[in-house]
This record gives sequence, C-alpha cells and structure tokens, in this order.
Amino acid sequence: MANMEYNVPTERWPAHPETATQEGQNKFVGFWIFLAGETALFASLFATYLALKDSVPSDDHLLAADLFHLPLAFVMTMLLLTSSLTSVYAVYHMRNNNFQKMQLWLGITVLLGAAFLALEIYEFVEYTGLGHTFRSSAFGSAFYFLIGTHGFHVIVGLIWATLLILRNAKRGLSVYTAAKVNTFALYWHFIDVVWVFIFTIVYLLGVL
Amino acid sequence: MAQTSARKQGVGSVIWEYLTTVDHKKIAILYLIAGGFFFVLGGIEAMLIRIQLAVPNNDFLSAGLFNEVITMHGTTMIFLAAMPLLFAFMNATVPLQIGARDLAFPFLNSLGVWLFIFGGIFLNLSWFMGGAPDAGWTSYASLSIASPGHGIDFYALGLQISGAGTLITGINFATTIITMRAPGMTYMRMPLMTWTTLVASVLIVFAFPPLTIGIFLLMFDRMFGSNFFIVEAGGNTIIWEHLFWIFGHPEVYILILPAFGIFSEIFATFARKRLFGYSAMVFATVLIGFFGFMVWAHHMFTVGLGPTANAIFAVATMAIAVPTGIKIFNWIATIWGGSIEFTTPMLYALAFIPSFTMGGVTGIMQAAAPADYQYHDSYFIVAHFHYVIVGGVVFALLAGLHYYWPIMFNTMLNETLGKITFWFFFVGFHMTFLIQHFLGLWGMPRRVFTYLDGQGYNAANMISTIGAFLMAIAVIVLVVNIIITLAKNERVGMDPWGDGRTLEWSIPLPVPYYNFAQIPLVRGLDAYWVEKKEGNGKMMPSESLTDFHMPNNSILPVVMSLGLFIAAFGAMYFPDGQEWAIDAVSGLEPKPWALPVLIIGLGITFVSMGIRSWKDDLGYYVTKEEVERDLEELERGGK
Repeated sequence: MANMEYNVPTERWPAHPETATQEGQNKFVGFWIFLAGETALFASLFATYLALKDSVPSDDHLLAADLFHLPLAFVMTMLLLTSSLTSVYAVYHMRNNNFQKMQLWLGITVLLGAAFLALEIYEFVEYTGLGHTFRSSAFGSAFYFLIGTHGFHVIVGLIWATLLILRNAKRGLSVYTAAKVNTFALYWHFIDVVWVFIFTIVYLLGVL
Repeated sequence: MAQTSARKQGVGSVIWEYLTTVDHKKIAILYLIAGGFFFVLGGIEAMLIRIQLAVPNNDFLSAGLFNEVITMHGTTMIFLAAMPLLFAFMNATVPLQIGARDLAFPFLNSLGVWLFIFGGIFLNLSWFMGGAPDAGWTSYASLSIASPGHGIDFYALGLQISGAGTLITGINFATTIITMRAPGMTYMRMPLMTWTTLVASVLIVFAFPPLTIGIFLLMFDRMFGSNFFIVEAGGNTIIWEHLFWIFGHPEVYILILPAFGIFSEIFATFARKRLFGYSAMVFATVLIGFFGFMVWAHHMFTVGLGPTANAIFAVATMAIAVPTGIKIFNWIATIWGGSIEFTTPMLYALAFIPSFTMGGVTGIMQAAAPADYQYHDSYFIVAHFHYVIVGGVVFALLAGLHYYWPIMFNTMLNETLGKITFWFFFVGFHMTFLIQHFLGLWGMPRRVFTYLDGQGYNAANMISTIGAFLMAIAVIVLVVNIIITLAKNERVGMDPWGDGRTLEWSIPLPVPYYNFAQIPLVRGLDAYWVEKKEGNGKMMPSESLTDFHMPNNSILPVVMSLGLFIAAFGAMYFPDGQEWAIDAVSGLEPKPWALPVLIIGLGITFVSMGIRSWKDDLGYYVTKEEVERDLEELERGGK
C-alpha cells in the first residue's frame, strides 16, 4: 500500500501541490475536460430556455417580465460571486501549506453557497405560489430545468465541500488532499460562471 | 491486488476480478464481450427486418412489432454495439500505443463499462416488460410523446445511463492521451489510432451533453409532467430534433474516426510502409471532428428551417468531403508500391476504401438540400448510412478484431476462416445495401413494415434479404472461428504479425498487468519500427528499473451503476395513473412504490460516490524485484 505524507514541512511543500503528482495532473486536466462537457450541457439548457421563454398555453399565465425581481437576483449573484472569491482564498492557503485557514475559507464558501441556495428555494416557493410551476407551461418547465440544474450543481458542490472539510480534518494537507480541494474549487468557479450567464440571459433579459 | 503470472484461479475469483478490475486490458475484454453480445442481438433484429421485407404483404412481423424491431436494431447497433466495440479496441491498444501503464482514471474506466452494461441491459429488458421503444432510433418527440406504454421510457433511461458511461470514457481517453504519453511520444509521433481516439473523445465530450439534455427533456415530459414537447402547453418538438442531431451527427464521426484509426494502422503494417501523409492525416482527422459540429441540420432539411439555414448547412456538409478525400487518397498512396500482405485485416481494409467511398458519395448527394427533399425518408437514406456505418465502422471492427486479437487474447484467429468470413460479409453487404439505393429512388419509404405487390419492389427486396443472410453466415463463421481459437489456445509470441510498427507490438504476450516493465523511450513515428530499422529490435527504456505505482481494484463502479439501474425503474413507473401524466401512461395502474425505488436507487449511487470521495485510494507499488523476476522468467521462456 502506498503511503501519503501529511503535514509536509513548508520548505518541501511544492508551489503547485495539486499538480505535483501524476494523479494530480490527470485530475486537473481531466476536470477541465469535464467542465468543457458541462459547458455543452448548459449551452443546451440555455438554448432550450430561450426557445421556450414566455411560451405559455394561455394569456392568464405569468411571463418572465411579471415574475423576476432583479434585487433578489442581485443579492443571490453577490453571494455566489463572493463564495467564488472565498474558494480562491482556500486554494491560496492550500498552496501556502496553511491547513487551518484553508479549512476555514472552505467553510465560509459552503456557508455563502448555502445562503444562495436558501434564496433560490425561497424564489421557487414564491413562483410556485403564483402558479408558475414546472408543470404549468413549457416556459415553466424550461425555467425550472435550467435554474434547477444549476441549483442541483450547487447542492452537489455543497455536499462535496462539506465532505472534503470533514474527511480532511482528520488527515491534514498532502498532495493527495490538495488535488481534491483544487478540483472542488474549479467546479465551484464553473458554477459561478454559469450563474453569471443565468443572471444575464434569464433575469436581465427577462425584465428588460 | 497484484496477481502473479500463471496462478490458476477459481471461477468465482475470476468473476470477482472482472467485476472489480480497473485494468484497461480486462475492461477491453468486458467491452468486447458485452458489445459483441449486443452486436449479435442487433444482427438478429436486422434479420427479422429483412425476413419481414423479403416478400410483399408479409405478416411475419406485425406493424407494431416491426416498429419496435427497427428502433431496437438502430439503437442497439449504434449505442450498444459499435461504440462499445470501438472502446474495446481503444482500451486494448491506446495505453500501450502511448507507452502508459493504464488510463488516467482507471476507476472511471471501470465505471464507464458498467454504466454501459447496465444501461444496455435496461434498454433490452423492454422486450420482456411490456414492449420495446417504437419511435425509431432518433425517437422524434412528436412520436415518442404519443407512444403508449413504457417502451420509450426504456429508451430514454437506458440511453441516459449508458450515455453517462460514454461521456466518462471520453473524458478519460482525452486526459490519458494528453497527460500519460511516454518520453519522446510527441503529439506528431502518436499512432493514428491514438490520434483518432483523441479526436473522437473530444467529440464525445461536446456531443453527449446535448443528448443528455434532450433525453432529460423527454424523461421529464414522459415521467414528471413537464411540457417541453407538449405543444398545447407551449412546447416545441423541434427542440428535440436539434438537440438529437447536435449529438447525432458528431456521433457518426465518433464512430468513424476510430475506424479510420484502425485502418490506418492496418494499411501501414500490411503494406510495410510508413503511413503516407501522416501530418495531413492528423490534420484531416481534426478537421473532420471540427466540421462534425457544423452540419447537424442537414438531417433536418425538410423540417422547414428556411433556405438560408439549409444553404449554410449544405455547404458545410460538402466541405467535410475534403478532409475525408485527403484520407482516402493517403490510404491509397500508402499501399501504392508497398509490399502488401493479404491478411484478413488487410482484406477488410482494402474492401473498406471503395465501400466507404460509395457511402461518402451518396452523402454528398444528400448534402444538396433541394435534392434531399427527394431522398428524405426513403431507402436511399437507409442505403447511404449503412454504406458508411457497415462499410466503414463494422469493417473496421471486424478488421480490428482479427488484427488486435493477439494483443487481447495472446492467440491468433484462424486466417482461412477469417477470409471465409470476409468474403461472405463483403458480398452480403453489397448485395443487401447497393440495391436499396435503387429501391429508395424508385420511391420505397423507409420504416414501413410492408409494401404492396406489383410496385416493382419485389425482386430488389428479395435480393437485399438474401444478402443479409450471407452476412449472417459470415458472423456465424466468425463465432465458430472464435470458439475454435479459444478452445485450441495456441499461444503466440511477441509481434505475432511480424510487421508491428507501434509500441503495442513491442511488449511480450500476454501483456504484463503493468504493461511496461520500463517506460520506453520513443525516438520517432512508428516507434517500434524505428528500433527494428536501427537493428535494436526492442525499445530502449526511458527509465531505470524502479518501483512504480498501480491503481487498486474496486467494486464501487458496479454498485454505482446498479444504483442508477434501480432508480430507472422508479422513474419509469412514477407517472403511472397520475392525473398530470401524459396520455400514454396516465391510464395505467398507479405504482406507489415507484418513488421510493427512485430515491433508494439514487441513494445507492450518491452514497457510493461519497464513499469514493471519503476513502483514500492510493493504489499500491509494484516492486523492482517483482518486475525483475518477471523479466527473468520471460528471458528463460524466450530461449
């Protein structure tokens, strides 16, 4: 069984611990390729949404302009963008071999992500109460599928980060755990970038 | 765990080894067995189609059953036979060709094969559970939403599961080829098989997510009450056609590019010449991959997208003929003046050039949008895509099976039986499909279960059916050949074809589980050939003998795939009898257990993923001493 050295002294800690091993490099390259696939996935979702936007069966259904509040979407955007920044801090401290601070900033990232998710759930509950549901119209289906897929990615990211914080708490920092944290950070940035497009294409274009 | 060379294992432990293996060589065998099984299944469905169409007004199959058989034939052959069989050869050869000890993600490789197997089983369970999908392999939404019962749900869920496996495998191969190449193996020294695998993998990464989304739309409409394709609620069925073909057209290049790769290797080996125009071949491969994403709407010329859209897609489609033509001429130039050896793989390769070119030419005919209005939905289309898929991909699979068999099983398939297979298959193929061009031009529509007497279709259909039987005979001879070869088990030594050019032929057979005792140093294109010409006869190592790292086996991929398999049943029966469900299933008896099954299945998968993330999986080390022992044993065996 191969052994992994934890709590490496800083003078031997590589500048890029996440890609210091062949496995780490594979993970890095492979995850970027995965994100390329995710881009195609979200592109298909955006295309579907744009094709079905405001496409409802009758006049008494709510349209995008009736539904969306920019202030709420703005707060959500700020929460998620900030969480992207805090995940950068986590990676920064990981590279500087500062395990405790890395854990702390990962924890803050999770909290900000959870706040974002709570607001999204609040938004969904409100729209459902107004009669705009997954089953009410093609517009509803497309809206909830696009935003919901993003939200699902956020949930997966939150569980992932939480598991990483807990599992690494017992272990500490090594080139093995560093690669895991860095991969999560890449994923989290990607989710953030997708949200920027959602804010523009769904919310901003929706109310303009 | 590491196993020593010739230890005899019990049946149980062999099965356990294959369930948990992360070794690309064993996964190749899994792909070959499962893909071969589905190939035979799809072949039987093809025979049923041809028997039904042999004579007019036939009632061998009912109209409904005929629709199920054509749907399952197409779906099985594309997703469960052609692609997995190509993955079998990619797994068997690509790590060896680039001088790697395994793929970048051995665990994901195992997950990919098990997702494919469980997805394929799920799709085919439809035959026993209320009827197979019947909306064609393209499953256009206007048909698939209206299709009663659960047939379409088997299609959607089965393809969703196996499609996830394909995406994972694509990511894995692309990463492997980028990061795991041996010292000296620059991009422009990679064998064409590796190059085409790389480009096909990138196509998978970009083509499969649109299919995933398309199938999700279909799943949500059929199982969860959404309205993407329900026109009364504002839905639009054309979205499916776009998403399907954004996937579907690159898909045919995902199939044909590795086939080009296999043939490029075979031409160079058996003409005993370096591949002509290597750089142009690489360039053409990349260009075909790029253009593959620009042409999807040529499947939709008759939808009514308008003359501008049709014109753009028509021109883009014709442009693909240029890089493909470059390839055809390069292959001809490779065999030109070569010292050709007519082995079974070479026969397939030689037959491939005219057969595939004929399919390409009819493709250009259809690219002319106004003319396509005449060909559309006729047997001309059926003839065209069987010429490219059978004349290209299936020929490559059969050629690759004979060519790479020694690497996978350390024996050689019988050449005489191989040539008998080839001739039956070659004659049968042209007999079946050449005449279908004319049937199409005479007006016979595709996907109809029978035709009337006196329309002039009788003789042509009978000829086509006889050709199909010749292909069936070919496959039976091939199966006999495989059984005889496995029973005899006559081991062959290194480089059994005698003219191996690339790294996979430079290692002893059976290939050690760690592939390379020392990672080789690559000094040029056709690395092994270079060393042969220099008089070394073997590869120079790039490293001294040392301990190295190998991945652990794991059962988790099977558990993850099983979880999705279980969840699929829950999703499928969820809408039964619900008032919000589509008409196709709202009249069925409600199934209150469906939701718990869905949740339990997904739970199994996600918990397995959590375990995978939580536990350290650091692999193990193969020691220098063990490798030295193996090398000594090899030396003794060699003398």
